[in-house]
Amino acid sequence: MSGYDLLRFAATALRGHRLRTLLSIAGVSIGVASVIVLTSLGEGARLYVTDEFTNLGSNLLFVIPGKTETTGMAPFGSVSHDLTLDDAEALRRRVPRIRYVAPLTMGEARARFGDRARDVTVAGTTAELREVRDLRMQAGRYLPEGDPDRAPRVCVLGSEISSELFADANPLGENLKIGDERFRVIGVIEPRGMSVGMDLDELIHVPVVRAMRLFDQTTLFRILVEVGSYEEVETVKGQIIAVITERHDGEEDVTLLSQDSVLSAFGRILTALTLALGGIAATSLTVAGVGIMNVMLVSVSERTREIGLLKAVGVTPAQVLLTFLVEASILSSLGGLLGFGAAIAAIRVFTYLYPAFPAQPPVWAVVGSLALSVSIGILFGALPARRAARLDPVQALAGR
Amino acid sequence: MIELEGISRVYHVGGRPVHALHDIDLTIPAGAYVSVMGPSGSGKSTLLNLLGCLDRPTSGAYRLDGRDVARLDELELSRVRRHKIGFVFQSFHLVPRLSAAQNVELPMIFAGVERQERTKRVENVLDAVGLSERAGHRPDQLSGGERQRVAIARSVVMDPKVLLADEPTGNLDTTSGKEVIALLESMNAAGLTLVVVTHNPEIGDHAHRRIRLLDGGVAEDLP
Repeated sequence: MSGYDLLRFAATALRGHRLRTLLSIAGVSIGVASVIVLTSLGEGARLYVTDEFTNLGSNLLFVIPGKTETTGMAPFGSVSHDLTLDDAEALRRRVPRIRYVAPLTMGEARARFGDRARDVTVAGTTAELREVRDLRMQAGRYLPEGDPDRAPRVCVLGSEISSELFADANPLGENLKIGDERFRVIGVIEPRGMSVGMDLDELIHVPVVRAMRLFDQTTLFRILVEVGSYEEVETVKGQIIAVITERHDGEEDVTLLSQDSVLSAFGRILTALTLALGGIAATSLTVAGVGIMNVMLVSVSERTREIGLLKAVGVTPAQVLLTFLVEASILSSLGGLLGFGAAIAAIRVFTYLYPAFPAQPPVWAVVGSLALSVSIGILFGALPARRAARLDPVQALAGR
Repeated sequence: MIELEGISRVYHVGGRPVHALHDIDLTIPAGAYVSVMGPSGSGKSTLLNLLGCLDRPTSGAYRLDGRDVARLDELELSRVRRHKIGFVFQSFHLVPRLSAAQNVELPMIFAGVERQERTKRVENVLDAVGLSERAGHRPDQLSGGERQRVAIARSVVMDPKVLLADEPTGNLDTTSGKEVIALLESMNAAGLTLVVVTHNPEIGDHAHRRIRLLDGGVAEDLP
């Protein structure tokens, strides 16, 4: 018996009960489509984040207090020394390959101008953050250079903050009350949007010492370091750790994150997320498989007499088995292809609506879900097919 | 050539043995025309199922064209049925979604006959049963007599040695019944061994040899 004849015979059987056939195909389609769509979104999220971090520049290093692994929790009591402004100064003086050093401290405070007020995130830093994060000014200038310890009480606003507190008025030269202190507005930063989990448009920049005083801190949130070139990153990492370790009584208690390490950490997390989404969606494929099994069982019991006839005219048990397996596989494969088409269409629509989000189906998810849909037909068709193959010809002819 | 020797078939119903056939000896030479009659429960259908290799005897020997088929497994039995045996049933057993021609083609598809050869043979047998014009009709578009003729065409399309008919006229009116019997007899005249199971004496008496079963044994065997 040729494969073509087998397919044709199975197809006539499926056409015999169209609604059931369509419903079980729909079941598989939904399963395959959801696997592909969900993993596409996960993959899109990964690409989006990867892209964000790539924007940072590959010669950027974050010095973070505490010895932590990028994928694990810090052990208890691991932060033995705070990261201080003096550490940042030491790095600038003692590691020549460092181009810029920007200390960073963060806090929440209430900002008030006239009768307008809102809670804001305040970043305490120095003039060099502008270079490190490539900030562009919409108006005025960025934080002044010079001795950070003697920095004036000035602030630079994110564009969103500026428009909320000052509306259309010019904020430059105005006095903004942050917490209990007054800061003179000297600049507004160009709209930039979210970057590495921080909304730069909703941030107020003040000199680092002023921020530490405002929040009563002595420690830095982190130090941003820009290295001359990507090739020097590894060397500079070692030098930074050496300097800090020396300053911290021989204890290596900082973590250095480079773009690569952050990227790979996020990549791992988001890949895991994508896999989890795919796994959940694959469950629906299994449910569709149960649907196919149900349809095939009904079909076998409806066609008992036909199976008896097939046996009487000399169709072997193996051929009966194959016939029903092919039927089930047609259901699941058609469902798979249809689901694939629907998923691609859905992703097209999605990327049309949200062009910034790079949703695209991962190849492994497409191949995997299509392969899974075919094997589901065989897997869940096996029990009904075996039942058909094992029917006793005399009993089956009598419809029992 | 059919040779049965000491054939018994015992069913177990509710744990109790029921002797459907008991120690049957029977020889049917090739080309014979035999009717099997007897009241319900006399073992007619059981005998036909055994002859058709749909069932295996509990004990005894069954030689079909010299080969012992009583102990073959399912796969071997299906090959014997494919090549040696044609069945005609009371209720036709046509596949409702397939046309007359497709129903006739069915055994050949699973036997691996080439497409061109299949088309040719379907034409030939449909012509032989006088249904060439109805080839594209589905069973529900055919009369009872036509359906049975399609079934007969299907039963001979693999060129078997033995044609087994179980109440072939049971669902037909007298006229089409006669046509069907005439058709079966023409197949017999062409060389097929024909065994007809019936409890209609009018049909049974047509046969050259009449076997009467009673309580699982041969009560009468008239040449």
